[in-house]
Amino acid sequence: MPKLKLPRLPAPPLPPGMTPPPPRPGEGNGQGSPLDAAREAGTTVVGWVDERTSLSGGARWMMFRKVPKGTNWFYTLGSATMFAFLSQAMTGVFLAMYYDPSPTHAYESARYITNDAFLGEFVRGMHKWGSTVMVILVFLHMARTFFFGAYKYPRELNWIIGVVLLILTMVMSFTGYLLPFDQRSYWATIVGVNINGTGPLVGPYLSDFLRAGPEFGATTLSRFYAIHMMLVPGLIAALIGAHLYLVAKLGTTAPPWLKAEVEPEYREEQA
Amino acid sequence: MPKDPRQTKSKYTADRGMPGAFEGETVTRRRFMTGVTHGAGAVAAGAFALPAIGFAIGPIFEKHNVQWQDIGATDEFPTDTYVPKTITIVEGIGEAGRSTVYVRARGPQDTDKPDQYNKFIAISTRCMHLGCPVAYRQAAQRFICPCHGGVYDFQGVVTGGPPVRPLDRFYTQVRGKRVWLGPRFSVNRELRRFSPRDPGEALDGVGQYLYPSRPSVRKLPGT
Repeated sequence: MPKLKLPRLPAPPLPPGMTPPPPRPGEGNGQGSPLDAAREAGTTVVGWVDERTSLSGGARWMMFRKVPKGTNWFYTLGSATMFAFLSQAMTGVFLAMYYDPSPTHAYESARYITNDAFLGEFVRGMHKWGSTVMVILVFLHMARTFFFGAYKYPRELNWIIGVVLLILTMVMSFTGYLLPFDQRSYWATIVGVNINGTGPLVGPYLSDFLRAGPEFGATTLSRFYAIHMMLVPGLIAALIGAHLYLVAKLGTTAPPWLKAEVEPEYREEQA
Repeated sequence: MPKDPRQTKSKYTADRGMPGAFEGETVTRRRFMTGVTHGAGAVAAGAFALPAIGFAIGPIFEKHNVQWQDIGATDEFPTDTYVPKTITIVEGIGEAGRSTVYVRARGPQDTDKPDQYNKFIAISTRCMHLGCPVAYRQAAQRFICPCHGGVYDFQGVVTGGPPVRPLDRFYTQVRGKRVWLGPRFSVNRELRRFSPRDPGEALDGVGQYLYPSRPSVRKLPGT
């Protein structure tokens, strides 16, 4: 088999602000300042990793993309949603250090986080309000995609992944609501599980699956906890990766109010 | 080597120009190796996926033995109003496992078929819309749900709001001079007994077929 010879594409240029200025004549001469040494050490470490992984090509492919004319603030809603998710993941991990998902201790541990743990009220507040922010951002991002027509060919798969992410975000909201285990979260979960149960034929099995049995029992809370902090976050992170890959691969769309510019030689002759 | 390797019918991969072919390897051998690799992968994935799924859905099919519990003396309960009693539905989880049940003695107004299990009427506080706790109001002789406005009459039959069937009941039995409370059952509009269903699942007409009961939790046989 003859070996395929692929043309080697030039790397995209770095923006002017990121290219280092060339050294002035007479500068350094073998004796750098400590700052130079530190800078060089950083470059050496990055270069060592890059030589063995070739990660910089992928990072450049991901970050230095061409974006269409007319790109505006609406295009930041997706990133905003992702950062809301990252904030939820981070605060969630730290809440899990104090939280105890047992029916007899859950409320007490949530109370401890809010009233006694250092910065506990702040971290819990971040997680609570951040969840609402994330749901709002998901819907704004979805509306942007819909009204800009960015779901059309070839981006349908990215829309589908986005819908799955929306559903998973709702699952996170539902399972997270039970965890403080106060009166509001207990009864809201009873009502939510019973709404699932009203689906014909499969409903009764679905609600039993959520409760781990016919009654709200000893393992319902730990089941919600495991779904909330293990299963769904993993799925969301993986799907965000796929979502971002497709965005980088397919590029973004121009806003619908911009007409495509046609080169004069391809323009049809006006009769 | 022939011009188009795909045209040849030789059994050797080298003759067909397959990538990675080596001297003496046959197409059958390659297919066999591919199949074995995929099969081993499927067995390995199944080895952790199937137990995990079974572990997660197992509780649906678990049988639960309901303990009968003593809820009071027979002369505590009048026929014209309800007495609230606290019962344990799930053991070992504290307040979350307890519930309130409204109990009264059977009176002349009761229309369901009398037998040994309904000499005392025990009405569940679980609203049959979506499961909020209903409260009994003696002045109106109604059960009223605070969540979405469900209203039930003295027998627990829906008179207003979104609930789809009358309030669930519990089996009761008189043992000596004490009233004992047993498992939960659901009723339809005629107060006929059914195996317990979740709230929001209708039992009249086609409802009992749309919402199948659990194989693991049944009403008492012959009632």
